[in-house]
Amino acid sequence: MSANEQLEIPARNVAPGTFGAALFIARKDITVELRTRTALLSALALSLLSIVIFNFAWDPTAVAAIDLAPGLLWVIFTFSGLLGLHRAFGAEQEERAIDVLVSAPIPRQAIYLGKALANLALVALVQAVSIPAVLVVYNLPVASSLPVLYGIAFLAAIGLVAVGTLFSAMTVSTRTAELLLPVLALPFFVPVVTAAAQATARLLAGRPSSDAIGWLKLLVAYDLVFVVACAAAYTVIADE
Amino acid sequence: MALVESRGLTRAFGPRRAVDGVDLSVDGGECLALFGPNGAGKTTLLRLFAGLLRPTSGTATIGGVALPGGASARGLVGLISHQSMLYPALTAHENVVFSARLHGVANADVAATRALESLRVADRANTPVRSLSRGLQQRVSVARALVHEPRALLLDEPFAGLDDAGAAALTETLAALARGGAAVLLVTHGVREGLALATHVAVMRRGSLVLHEPRIAAGEPESFAARYRALSAS
Repeated sequence: MSANEQLEIPARNVAPGTFGAALFIARKDITVELRTRTALLSALALSLLSIVIFNFAWDPTAVAAIDLAPGLLWVIFTFSGLLGLHRAFGAEQEERAIDVLVSAPIPRQAIYLGKALANLALVALVQAVSIPAVLVVYNLPVASSLPVLYGIAFLAAIGLVAVGTLFSAMTVSTRTAELLLPVLALPFFVPVVTAAAQATARLLAGRPSSDAIGWLKLLVAYDLVFVVACAAAYTVIADE
Repeated sequence: MALVESRGLTRAFGPRRAVDGVDLSVDGGECLALFGPNGAGKTTLLRLFAGLLRPTSGTATIGGVALPGGASARGLVGLISHQSMLYPALTAHENVVFSARLHGVANADVAATRALESLRVADRANTPVRSLSRGLQQRVSVARALVHEPRALLLDEPFAGLDDAGAAALTETLAALARGGAAVLLVTHGVREGLALATHVAVMRRGSLVLHEPRIAAGEPESFAARYRALSAS
């Protein structure tokens, strides 16, 4: 249909752009999560319980804390993150509120970015609690490196959330969503978890930060590629 | 060109055509009451016009813009569905404000309050939706759909769950919107409610329109209901 066949209807409203709409959606999701605390409490409980259980199962004479901590942190972040990611679109299904988002005059990418921002806030909060808990429980003297450790965790969280949010949208309507999400997402998490764990290990071992630069570059590249690619892919999913 | 229009609109789910070559048009100020038995394809048709589904073939346009791609077309649509499309953890007011903001309504707070008032549910504005009865949730859902003053209203059983006061408020609101130039596509099983608002009527069966005529030709509700039953059964 050519443009000159369109009706001339004066616009009463000016819909927000991609980032404005994404912020509205993220704020709404965070408000809903703070009221229901479904994903947040589950993720925090899983993280803290994992830290404690690993401590009982750990033999400090066989494996040094400094060697155990990077792997432990990234196992915890991966699986606690998945709990929140499943809720991202699951909460929209209850009363088909997703239709409000998809039928709104906003770019489809805004829905994806809004969901991803809210997920990122959730994962970052779990990291903010879990990192000091690991350092205390495993007696790791790295307080001075804490800002860098948080930086690595945040970069990795962007990658995990970018991929996980897209798979959450893809699997939410299926009967086996809780199984499909980790099965689909975990292979894509491997580069992020590897890079983050390697960078964390070097940091905790007290090696110069230049040793971790390569892994950090990989994290940044992964984030850039997958945020853009997943936002574009979501537009196809939303139309179906 | 009509405000709401389809040409050869078809949507298939696997081998089954839920909507099969539908041609219809609803202009500003008109209300098409669409009847049909369960599974006739009415809800799928509304979802195609709302931009929630991509047509298998044919076109669905709002204001001349093809869906689902046209964001400007989606901005003209107000959708009421079977489900409330509300967030249970948010209050009635927060739900309506959220929808208003997504549509870029200038003063979302004021517009939301006004919309809730028009559906006579403003006194429950600060109540979480999960604490509201089904009927009150439906009123909030209608307020959410109307807060941005849509030009094309797509209504799927909007009277479901409403008491007499709610149904009267909704009828009044819809009539006012149609008088203001909105196009209304109303899917309902309630012949009397549908005919009360309609300027045109249509019956859908197995994905196709089997009747499409002006309201005046439909006659009294009783006689139309008899024809509708016969068309549905044939």
